[in-house]
Amino acid sequence: MAATVTPEAVEKTIVDALPQFGVEESDITRDATFEDLDVDSLDLAELSQIIEDEYGVQLKGDDVGKIKTVGDAIDLVVSRAG
Amino acid sequence: MSRPENATALVTGASRGIGAAIAKALAADGWAVAVNYRADEEGARRTVDEIEQAGGRAVAIQGDVANGSCEDLFERAEAELGPVFALVNNAGVTADGLAIQLDDDAWSKVIDTNLTAAFRLTRRGAKSMIRARYGRIINIASVVGPRANAGQANYAAAKAGLIGMTKTVATEVARRGVTVNAVAPGFIETDMTVDHAERAVEHIPARRAGQPEDVAAAVRFLASDDAGYVTGTTLYVDGGMSA
Repeated sequence: MAATVTPEAVEKTIVDALPQFGVEESDITRDATFEDLDVDSLDLAELSQIIEDEYGVQLKGDDVGKIKTVGDAIDLVVSRAG
Repeated sequence: MSRPENATALVTGASRGIGAAIAKALAADGWAVAVNYRADEEGARRTVDEIEQAGGRAVAIQGDVANGSCEDLFERAEAELGPVFALVNNAGVTADGLAIQLDDDAWSKVIDTNLTAAFRLTRRGAKSMIRARYGRIINIASVVGPRANAGQANYAAAKAGLIGMTKTVATEVARRGVTVNAVAPGFIETDMTVDHAERAVEHIPARRAGQPEDVAAAVRFLASDDAGYVTGTTLYVDGGMSA
């Protein structure tokens, strides 16, 4: 069953997931860009799957192209779930 | 990384010919095998029986890969055997004719089964394989595609397309431990080629047609842990035809 979508929960999911793509947890902030964090399209595609598995929210290819920062990702997931 | 426990291989079009030989070779190498078939249920059951008699695990799964919802083959294979870590896109059809006489249906049918289905299944398979950090995707192409074969513009387009797709997808997923390769069989003795054997052999340096087992051996290697650094490539099994 999909978990409840709150900004805090989504942020935690993303913060917990990013280190598996080689990101230092201390570098993760809402304003951090994925480019600065060295997170590429494959990582984002995988992150989309993690989010879909957890919250049932589907992020498509187009969406992923527009997400520049961690904050963008959180906001998009929350807005899609609403 | 080595092959995970309970790893299942999904082989499409495995009721007979090259597909059946591939299913048996993978089973002999320890894979649980989902034997997909479209219409030849008897052939699929025979393949499953032979695998089980040799001590392996297999199930027959019906499904037309050209059907847009083919991705459920994965769910069904996983439910019956275990997580799918190898996908062999083998299902293929022909609908021959000179290009000036091929109608849209003959074109689409071959593209849909031989190329589009392989893409859809690859998309689905790669999603779970990248999460697991392990996977083997093997696309059965052909010497036709890279080489001409009059009367098979549709087949050539699909097979050449398959090779192109193999290379690009391979580079996308390589760093997740997922390899994507193509095997290009030459002239292999199966139901599909039985009428053309004598004429073809003259042009093959090895002076004989290949057997389905020759192709299966190449697939077995590419699916193995030994082939972990082999990706984005096409392995020709053609008795020297393309050399």
